[in-house]
Amino acid sequence: MYQYDQYDQSIVDARVEEFRDQVKRRLSGAITEDQFKPLRLMNGLYLQLHAYMLRVAVPYGTLSSRQMHLLAHIARKYDRGYGHFTTRQNIQYNWIKLEDAPDILAELAKVEMHAIQTSGNCIRNISSDQYAGAAADEVTDPRPWAELMRQWSTFHPEFSYLPRKFKIAVIASPEDRAAMRLHDIGIELLEKDGKLGAKVFVGGGMGRTPMIAPEIKDFVGAEDLLSYLEACLRVYNRYGRRDNIYKARIKILVHEIGADEYRRQVEEEFAHVKTLGIDPPVAELERISAFFAAPAYEAGAPDEIDLSDPDFRIWVQAQTVAHKQPGYTIVNISLKPIGGIPGDASADQIDLMADLAEKYSFDELRVTHAQNIVLPNVKKADLYAIWQALDAAGLATPNLDLISDIIACPGLDYCSLANARSIPVAQKIAERFADLDRQRDLGELKLKISGCINACGHHHAGHIGILGVDRKGTENYQLLLGGSGAEDVSLGKITGPGFDEDGVVDAIEKVTDTYKALREDGERFVDTYRRVGIEPFKEAIYG
Amino acid sequence: MKILTGNDLPTGDVVWWTGSDWSRHVEEAADVDEQGEMIARQEEAARRVNAPYVIEATATPQGPRPAHIKDRIRALGPTVRADLTLKPADPDAGNWVI
Amino acid sequence: MSNPVSLHDRTLHEEPAVTLDAFLDQSNATAVRIEPDEDVRALFPFLDRLALIEVSFPAFRDGRGYSAARILREAGYKGELRAQGDVLVDQIPLMRRCGFDSFAPEHPVDPEVLKATLERYDQFYQGAADAAVPVWKRRHESALA
Repeated sequence: MYQYDQYDQSIVDARVEEFRDQVKRRLSGAITEDQFKPLRLMNGLYLQLHAYMLRVAVPYGTLSSRQMHLLAHIARKYDRGYGHFTTRQNIQYNWIKLEDAPDILAELAKVEMHAIQTSGNCIRNISSDQYAGAAADEVTDPRPWAELMRQWSTFHPEFSYLPRKFKIAVIASPEDRAAMRLHDIGIELLEKDGKLGAKVFVGGGMGRTPMIAPEIKDFVGAEDLLSYLEACLRVYNRYGRRDNIYKARIKILVHEIGADEYRRQVEEEFAHVKTLGIDPPVAELERISAFFAAPAYEAGAPDEIDLSDPDFRIWVQAQTVAHKQPGYTIVNISLKPIGGIPGDASADQIDLMADLAEKYSFDELRVTHAQNIVLPNVKKADLYAIWQALDAAGLATPNLDLISDIIACPGLDYCSLANARSIPVAQKIAERFADLDRQRDLGELKLKISGCINACGHHHAGHIGILGVDRKGTENYQLLLGGSGAEDVSLGKITGPGFDEDGVVDAIEKVTDTYKALREDGERFVDTYRRVGIEPFKEAIYG
Repeated sequence: MKILTGNDLPTGDVVWWTGSDWSRHVEEAADVDEQGEMIARQEEAARRVNAPYVIEATATPQGPRPAHIKDRIRALGPTVRADLTLKPADPDAGNWVI
Repeated sequence: MSNPVSLHDRTLHEEPAVTLDAFLDQSNATAVRIEPDEDVRALFPFLDRLALIEVSFPAFRDGRGYSAARILREAGYKGELRAQGDVLVDQIPLMRRCGFDSFAPEHPVDPEVLKATLERYDQFYQGAADAAVPVWKRRHESALA
């Protein structure tokens, strides 16, 4: 994976000192909270319900064992013994003290980590495919491109006070594992006439006005990519709405002026920007790519796995994914135990996963947007040992992409923006469907819960989505059906009136019963939904 | 009644105005009547609190109970981690929130 | 308002800046003031004889002026480029990178803090409107020479 040189390190170190100084000025009264807020947000520090919350960047979801160990250390030393992995592949700590934040950043900087631009109206952490570099279906490894963009976007002088936050995702496989088209900019790397380049989608997003990004550029080569992105951002910075925070995302601009007009303006700007010499030579992408070279796989590693232990067999079937290297596999570690808090991991669990990566996965881990952890480069022969270690730590739930593999935002238990709690609903649903045979019978079913309209829990993109709202001071839950964040991207539709906490769990059971009654061979839930429409489900829920 | 809450500036802890100081315990919150905004401004300017705001609450024998669930969660802690709340040993503490 | 802070070695231009509309009407002024929603490209025909372009920041969160500055520098504007209004000390390094060379913040700026802030970073990832050499160029200096 990428390693800092003296330039990267000096920038991150300077940031630590800058933030230390900013915190000092806040505590001394030299600056007000109003002035400090955008500064702390650009360092991922929020004021949440119970304390400050620190969001640490995990660039494109990739971590080394050493970095993962440090995350555990921070959880123990500065927080309350755990962390929360997020839908943007980052980690959040819920109990941070402002006065400790500079020291935490200093500790992070020692392992080439930071919290830069994990919040604020700037370009956020670039997300990517959690299987990058290992996936059997990828055209190229998207991470070098993401790293190129990470560097370009870090402290970008022109784009640090955008109308609103700005999220970029980059993938390089036909299968979309990063909700690419639900980002402000989604990039799909592909090959055209023997050359790699980016197909660029602009103006997607969730939130209160969910939109699927339209394609704006069919192909831009590496040599022009940053100029092109600069043009996309400049048009947005100049013309994105600033009169209404709810209409300030780029999706609203693209929607209001139309994709064609936006494209025209970007092309005009691009023609100018690319004369400025801001694009690094292709040698820079090559330099970065060298860090992502394939690890030293063992040739001839056996492909056969002894599956005689039935529990192990179930886990292998559920949690492993095809690797491009024979004899190797990709392991998904579930952070969704039945009744647990989706995405949370204790410091001990984080340490264990780091140890397993060190021992069995060439020192590398990934965070997924579905709030799980991945060991990307595992020899099949090591799977049994890994499973046993995970099982002993409560990390071997075999539920990848099943109904209990729920994405949930922190909700009203932690978040000051939330209108309703998300986690207890996730727990009740997981408990209702705890029986693994039942879950497996339902098959792939992506359930996503947000505690407010900001949609951090991706409810629009769930096969089943739940949106928590505040109805006259009590928590109420709306149900959505038919969304997807994958390559078959779609936005869910609200079924009708909302429910209380138990009511929404009952409604989901009616929905899954309806699916079972109507499904045809091989159909996933979302396939049946698309074939029959929402009516039979509404009938079952409200009829 | 009206009570005043906010977060301690250096630690971020949830705090409640007692009439003369800030407490971690909502039971000690004082009725600020119409004085809340003024106290909030003074205390914020003195950097003894961050992001203070006035909320409605009901007086009960156990002390003030915030009207909105959000502030009850702030007062106790996350409902999904009883061990991290202010009353980890009280199995019924969560009922007070809901 | 405090006195403008200059990062260039000319004397600060003292003629009051006129609005863009006024400037376009009576174009003998040498100083003009740009609001966030105005298109600085309207000034392109006059860049040679402008001595001061003042870009207004009515609220520090409104970042349109950063693009305005870069667009002006990219078009070859060489005169004084001033950020005026709700300009915070922590924003000045970014503004400098976008081509601003003088600052007229509404709230007084502590010169010590400003100095430390401007000197804090010595490496920059991306090319912009200042003279800083981006990191990628340093990395490939020999190959690019």
